[in-house]
Amino acid sequence: MNQTPRSRVVSAVLTKDLRIEARSRVVTNQVLPFAGLIMIMFAFALDNDDVLQRVAGGLIWLATIFSLFVIVQRSFAIDTSDSALDSLRVAGIDLSAVFLGKAIALTLQLIALDVVLIAAAFLLYQVQVSAAGLVLLVTCVICATTGLGFVGTLYGGLTAGTTGRETLLPLLLLPVVAPVLIAATRATEAAFGSGGAATSEGWAWVGLLTIFAAVFGIGGSLAFGPLIDE
Amino acid sequence: MPSEKVVDFKDVVIVYDNFPAVAGATFSVDKGEIVLLQGPNGAGKTTLLRACAGLLPIARGTANVLGCDLSTNRVAVRSRVGLLGHANGLFQDLTVLENMLFWSRLVGATRQDVDQAMIAMGISGRLGETQVAKLSAGQRRRCALASLIVRRAQLWLLDEPHAGLDTQGRDELDRTLRAARDSGATVIFASHEIERARSLATRSLMVTTGMVKPA
Repeated sequence: MNQTPRSRVVSAVLTKDLRIEARSRVVTNQVLPFAGLIMIMFAFALDNDDVLQRVAGGLIWLATIFSLFVIVQRSFAIDTSDSALDSLRVAGIDLSAVFLGKAIALTLQLIALDVVLIAAAFLLYQVQVSAAGLVLLVTCVICATTGLGFVGTLYGGLTAGTTGRETLLPLLLLPVVAPVLIAATRATEAAFGSGGAATSEGWAWVGLLTIFAAVFGIGGSLAFGPLIDE
Repeated sequence: MPSEKVVDFKDVVIVYDNFPAVAGATFSVDKGEIVLLQGPNGAGKTTLLRACAGLLPIARGTANVLGCDLSTNRVAVRSRVGLLGHANGLFQDLTVLENMLFWSRLVGATRQDVDQAMIAMGISGRLGETQVAKLSAGQRRRCALASLIVRRAQLWLLDEPHAGLDTQGRDELDRTLRAARDSGATVIFASHEIERARSLATRSLMVTTGMVKPA
């Protein structure tokens, strides 16, 4: 029997995950308010416009990473709740295509989340961005969320089906996404011009984000199938 | 003409959670058979079915399914078998039709295949537009069976397939399995509903403490 083309599997999994989100609205009704609350709570806690403008980049990415845990848990809960993940294994399809489909769906959800978080930063923290900064910011969001999408899907697959996965996932994922947190924060600060940072300083950090995304994209494609199988 | 062996296990040991769930199983199943696995809970029936589907590693012995050696490459067999376990493998937030179309895309089946399978299992029409989460247990089982039909598997592996189905559903399932057998497929199923299962099966095997014997 011929194996189903990889592109068809990627598209089927991507469409399925996005359709389920569109119907259940977990990201819209739960994750988004959760991330928004983080931004508001920090605004109350710091209560200083200068400080908030300086740390806005870090707060956006902290809220993104906290939200990532919830979205990844949800993404794999829909696959494990009725053993659909087992059915995917038995379907004899290329599991790296499942990885890519799920990672792209996760990335798109994170991008939508970041658009709202950045808008919240403009509103709550009064940050400003130049045209060049906007280009840097958009590139940073795409590269960082792609990396988070890959690493989140890989670790989501690793912990899917394990007992205590709700607590295990953040424990395993947090140290791994630390480079994204640092690089994306620095690039976003450069885009906002926080603390007098020049926009050009941010591109080196975007380079690091690209490398991170590439490493986890390739590594995840190779490792996801064997991880799910074990 | 010699019979074609679809499953051939010799002294197979399968370790699951550090426990030998199958301890030296030797049995074979020929093409076109409908084989019933009987046995008490925890005897190893589910483990045997999952091993046949290439989901569990073989710790010892030789295991061949559809000509694939499971000891060396258990992934190769997967695209040729259909497994229905205790769970249904469905996405609760999708409708019946969306589930069917998802699985059909993965296995390269046509829309016509989907429609035929849904009609065969009595889930076409309004039920097809219903979210799986809103279905009864029996309707979900029918949906899972329909997605299995779409796969046109050479070996059907079913764990308690009658569970949750009403009398009409059970009759439809039996007809579907006989039709699959008539079209060249082989069926292995585990069931505790011995009377109905025996009338469907062409042969029975008894699984006890990880060993397999003729029933």
